[in-house]
Amino acid sequence: MLRFFLTRVGLLIPTFIGVSIVAFAFIRLLPGDPIMLLAGERGVDPARYAELQASLGFDKPLPIQYINYLKDILTGDFGTSIVTKRPVLDEFMTLFPATIELALCAIILATLVGIPAGVLAAVKRGTWLDQSVMGTALVGYSMPIFWWGLLLIILFSGILQWTPVSGRISLIYFFPPVTGFMLIDSLLSGQSGAFRSALSHLILPTIVLATIPLAVIARQTRSAMLEVLGEDYVRTARAKGLPPRRVIGLHALRNALIPVITTIGLQVGVLLAGAILTETIFSWPGIGKWMVDSVFKRDYSVVQGGLLLIAGVIMIVNLVVDLLYGLINPRIRH
Amino acid sequence: MKKLNSLLATTALAAMLASTAQAKTLVYCSEGSPEGFDPALYTSGTTFDASSKNVYNRLVEFNIGTTETKPGLAESYEVSEDGLEYTFKLRPGVKFHTTDFFTPSRDLNADDVIFSFERQLNEDNSFNKYVEGASWEYFNGMSMPDLLKGIEKVDDMTVKFVLNRPEAPFIANMAMDFASIVSKEYADKLEADGKASDLNQKPVGTGPFQFVAYQPDAVIRFKAHPDYWAGKEKIDDLVFAITTDASVRQQKLMAGECHVAPYPNPADLDALRANDDLQLMEQEGLNVGYLAYNALVAPFDNAKVRKALNMAINKQAILDAVFQGSGQAAKNPIPPTMWSYNKAVEDDAYDPEAAKAMLAEEGVTDLSMKVWAMPVQRPYNPNARRMAEVIQEDFSKVGVNVEIVSYEWGEYLDKSKAKDRDGAVLLGWTGDNGDPDNFLAVLLGCDGVGGSNRAQWCNDEFEALIQKAKVVSDKAERTALYEEAQVVFKREAPWATIAHSVVFMPMSKKVSGYVMDPLGGHWFTGVDIAE
Repeated sequence: MLRFFLTRVGLLIPTFIGVSIVAFAFIRLLPGDPIMLLAGERGVDPARYAELQASLGFDKPLPIQYINYLKDILTGDFGTSIVTKRPVLDEFMTLFPATIELALCAIILATLVGIPAGVLAAVKRGTWLDQSVMGTALVGYSMPIFWWGLLLIILFSGILQWTPVSGRISLIYFFPPVTGFMLIDSLLSGQSGAFRSALSHLILPTIVLATIPLAVIARQTRSAMLEVLGEDYVRTARAKGLPPRRVIGLHALRNALIPVITTIGLQVGVLLAGAILTETIFSWPGIGKWMVDSVFKRDYSVVQGGLLLIAGVIMIVNLVVDLLYGLINPRIRH
Repeated sequence: MKKLNSLLATTALAAMLASTAQAKTLVYCSEGSPEGFDPALYTSGTTFDASSKNVYNRLVEFNIGTTETKPGLAESYEVSEDGLEYTFKLRPGVKFHTTDFFTPSRDLNADDVIFSFERQLNEDNSFNKYVEGASWEYFNGMSMPDLLKGIEKVDDMTVKFVLNRPEAPFIANMAMDFASIVSKEYADKLEADGKASDLNQKPVGTGPFQFVAYQPDAVIRFKAHPDYWAGKEKIDDLVFAITTDASVRQQKLMAGECHVAPYPNPADLDALRANDDLQLMEQEGLNVGYLAYNALVAPFDNAKVRKALNMAINKQAILDAVFQGSGQAAKNPIPPTMWSYNKAVEDDAYDPEAAKAMLAEEGVTDLSMKVWAMPVQRPYNPNARRMAEVIQEDFSKVGVNVEIVSYEWGEYLDKSKAKDRDGAVLLGWTGDNGDPDNFLAVLLGCDGVGGSNRAQWCNDEFEALIQKAKVVSDKAERTALYEEAQVVFKREAPWATIAHSVVFMPMSKKVSGYVMDPLGGHWFTGVDIAE
């Protein structure tokens, strides 16, 4: 097990270097630079342009810039935003809890609904139930997030007025962030109604962000279940006269869950990508919206630092999934 | 004792509830996050709304709703005979904000004013580079380092600015966001505490609202400055709820989650008008969208050819196709909300037949030209590609063949400056300080040829008028000069003036006293809200 763990961790190093190169190169490949964009129609004279380039370190050759960047990162310095002039790591840490909170809620919803839906579809294979679950999953999977979010806002917040339009909590509540997780902070604040308000603000964004992972999990569960249900040991269990619920729940589902867990782990990347749009629609102050704004402003330090931090999170989650997987399935360890 | 405690607690709670009930809160759904809270470091309106407009004051202020200036932190000022010295007399008794992170020990004085400019001007000032990459973009962009010879403290309440050359727009510059007055006492304290960068995170000013808290990308909270020199505001709390998506802003406004929400989608205007709980204010933006010919290249060096092409453009078709109701046809190079706008100038009538005849008269046949379309959306041109297509069609009707070209934005701005540029370029301008010089000299002056003067047009008569207007300080005289310059411009037609945008401002009917700013700022001075 230790060897397995070390190999997995060892693999992270080249991946991390690869991501850092991509992150560094990607934003520089986009036409336009932050100085030109800042100046706009007003323009900036060549002498001053050169001066500003130098002050940001952009006058050095790219490989040197990259090495300097790598050096800084190894000392824990992710740079300073060109736009806000605040350290990238500080901004990330301020905004990241909001994204985690939303992503966690979404993945919980997707798992709690997706797995039973997939099991149900597999067990009732070929019936109208199977077809409607899979049909809905396909629609959910293909739905453009932006449009879907807006649709829900117009219906539930606009017409029915059941949920708030956007934000994390009603503006009447005001307390300093302690953990950055609004559900926890609202409880800690002791203000009555704050938790309820935070929860109601989470409903729509959670549904929107959970939609795609939910569809993927349901489909994956269904196919894994179908495969397992055809296995000999399931037939044996049935032949032994075990009640169907026990066959499906204990013998089949447990084995079917292995690929499903991998899928759930992979959804973390999907969630963070989906967060970009979901956060923009719901004015959710997380890292997705932060990254989008920074790309538009060509804020090199934020884009490269932010990408690296996000990639780091995804890599760690995948590592944990791999390890979990090893725990569940002893064959993988060897 | 227990009883007394609970009694006290109940009373405190009741008092608190009563004060919450009475506190007037206005929620503004702002369109983006501020980059920081030190306006001199930035150039975007979103940042100015959250800092300079509501937290800070300047020596002179714009009279909101106009492009004229009025006294601000300076009660009065004097200009020397030669136009080189501006002496500002400061208003006594102006209080800085008292917040939970700073308690001022004194009122505003000359040291604050000098510090506010010195930090931008002088590289040796300890606040010149107080955040990484501080570049004082507007201060430099308005050529202040060349213009300012020095700033002197005459006495505690008097400051003298000495210029290198006479410059009438200097007063308008002093009303700009970068000229906001910050507290030297606060800056000194931050520096002593080793927290200099807080000047850009936790602002302390003299303005109508004081900063309370900022949750990045979510909410900014302000409260009324109780000792504001012009009197405490009617609203007690001002909250910016950051909402980047225009459709979501509209939904929030309709759901009552905010009271004022800027920049609606043009497609949503009808729904907003139809809503009984809302009011929709509108005003021309301080901008102009234009098509600049290259006056250095034949046949566009001939004013009659340019004029004929202008007559071939159907502006109404452009307004319908590109602006969808959020634009107004432009006849002058400056917008109608700007002082000295010449109402008497007549626009070139749309007349393709006459245009064709005029081109033939000048011996121009089988003309092929390029029209440059910007790759980005700007207030003065929401869709340059579409605009170029309409122009292409219009020009084809007079026998001129148009090829549309485009480049990446940075490259576009750069390449379009070239004196030998091939083709006419679509571009525009948004005013900085409400002074006509900021349009006419920057965009059409001889110094701008090969740079911001995309028409590469240098006309002696026009140049003499705008140069004179730059040095005389009498406003009536300046107005007359600029009005005449606009007549010369129209006759010589270096541009086809296309449109000024119309800015819409939807808000709840509960809101009163809001005044739209032609310079594009969002101010909450004098605003009230009905319970």
